[in-house]
Amino acid sequence: MLLRAIRAEFAKLLTTRIWWILAAVLFGYIGMLSGGLAALFAGIQSGAIDPSAAGTGSQGTPPLGSLPPLVYSFASSVGYVFPVLLGALATTGEFRHQTLTPTFLANPRRAQVLAAKAITLFLAGGAFGAVALLASVGIGALVINGFGVDTLLGDSDTWALIGRTLLAMALWAAVGVGLGVLVPNQVASIVIVLAFTQFVEPLLRFASMFTEATAGIGKFLPGAASDALVGASIFTVASPVGGAAAALDWWQGGLVLLAYAAAATIGGYFVSWRRDVT
Amino acid sequence: MPVGAVIEFSNITKRFGDVTAVDDLSFTVEPGRVTGFLGPNGAGKTTTLRMLLGLVTPGSGSATFGGLRYHDLPHPLATVGAALEAASFHPGRTARNHLSIYATAAGLPQARVAEVLRLVGLAEHGAQRVGGYSLGMRQRLGLACTLLGDPGVLVLDEPINGLDPEGIKWIRGFLRDMAAEGRTVLVSSHLLSEVQQSVDDVIIIAKGRLVHRGPLSSLETQVAPQVVVDSPDRAALASALTQAGVVFSQGRTGLLATAADPARIGHIAFTAGVEVSALHRQKKGLEDAFLTLVEGSDSL
Ligand SMILES: Nc1ncnc2c1ncn2[C@@H]1O[C@H](COP(=O)(O)OP(=O)(O)OP(=O)(O)O)[C@@H](O)[C@H]1O
Ligand SMILES: [Mg+2]
Repeated sequence: MLLRAIRAEFAKLLTTRIWWILAAVLFGYIGMLSGGLAALFAGIQSGAIDPSAAGTGSQGTPPLGSLPPLVYSFASSVGYVFPVLLGALATTGEFRHQTLTPTFLANPRRAQVLAAKAITLFLAGGAFGAVALLASVGIGALVINGFGVDTLLGDSDTWALIGRTLLAMALWAAVGVGLGVLVPNQVASIVIVLAFTQFVEPLLRFASMFTEATAGIGKFLPGAASDALVGASIFTVASPVGGAAAALDWWQGGLVLLAYAAAATIGGYFVSWRRDVT
Repeated sequence: MPVGAVIEFSNITKRFGDVTAVDDLSFTVEPGRVTGFLGPNGAGKTTTLRMLLGLVTPGSGSATFGGLRYHDLPHPLATVGAALEAASFHPGRTARNHLSIYATAAGLPQARVAEVLRLVGLAEHGAQRVGGYSLGMRQRLGLACTLLGDPGVLVLDEPINGLDPEGIKWIRGFLRDMAAEGRTVLVSSHLLSEVQQSVDDVIIIAKGRLVHRGPLSSLETQVAPQVVVDSPDRAALASALTQAGVVFSQGRTGLLATAADPARIGHIAFTAGVEVSALHRQKKGLEDAFLTLVEGSDSL
């Protein structure tokens, strides 16, 4: 039964255009960013670019050896907004187009439908992770290699990072599903996703880093938990007090992100999903 | 051949804040007949049907198919086919994909998708996005969705809205065929005339309450017979009727007397020496009977 519901959710996802539009933008955006920044940093490391000419100053230059993971992690540290949007659109679309009516007529077990949607989007989020990694690792490694810097692709740590990136992107799509049921208004949901991921959370994370107490709280923010799970991020590198001390272990980060997804989805079930469909 | 189940509403009630949309409604719908579920706009038809389908939770009471609530049906789409508002589609999805999704969700064979598209006359438009569909085509797609599981019960909310004359003719025949096969057919409308030609039974609600139920013919006996009578001297006619104890009201073309026999009114006028310029039985159609029933509830 659950399997049937999951198949139906996959069919829903793949029969509108939004998934490949988002995937294409994700690939282009992460590819450009990874390629561009890989060129800049690898250029500096290899001596091909003069740091003062690049205008980054000395403090902005990442330490040698951390460059490839940093570039590869753009897949999730920057790209995570895409699976969230995919998940939020998948749920809010049902409200917006009133497709909850045929959905609940075909399967009146509403909790099962929501679970199927969360599982489906989790898998789709993983696929988005693969697309993002294709951009960040594919293009990033090409550029890094072009400057003669080690791509670290032979390193098992790099592959662990790639695996954890897939997991993070999958969890982010599940967070999106939860947000979508919590805030079923599609426009409101999208505004929240964009405002929170692009503005509110980065600011909060940055601000929380200045004192030990706030850093202890800040590491539980979803973006921080995600970066902890992946293990590298432009944010942790740019941290004023040193990101490593203020970060969770990777598995803790994963659990925190999972908790966000579960809490939002279960909360949303009561807020909107099991309500009257009129 | 799928068998129809009896639909039963018992004391079902729904409030939205201060509005009582459905008020202690009880009735049954029998298989093998087309039942018209009638009431003016806002009477509570859609809310009642949504409660039947488990989409809206009743405040109290219950609605069942052969004793089972929608939630408890082992194969909902194979038991009940329901078409509610025409807008329940993702505009970017093709009709075929739309149907395929719900066939998958309900565990029905994918071959049904092409079959039902053909049944409702959309075979050539299956690959088209629903966003480009006309209202009538959407109605047909909604109907296609109800037929996916070849159910014994059909629940249709205003299926005639937006159909062209040919479509209306088609759906009337369709409803009759479905009932003739032994299925239960419940179809709502805010106009009796829309479904008059295809229904066997009527259930009429107004302001969420049941005002009439029974076979279509029972509507005719519902309205008190009236006689239209007029005179160049209406005042004299009125006083003659009053003296004779006849209840009447002012109508546009004369006085509307509550009486079965025009001869009696003519006699009253004759004995009072009042000239009569018009005298005939008021021809009340079923639609009038329907309107009278529905308006009568206003004074409640
Ligand atoms: N979600 C809702 N929230 C608040 N009030 C509602 C809601 N849904 C319906 N109502 C109210 O309940 C009453 C019955 O509405 P309903 O849609 O069931 O009527 P209807 O008979 O289907 O009317 P129509 O012929 O216009 O379709 C109306 O007064 C309506 O305003
Ligand atoms: Mg209605």
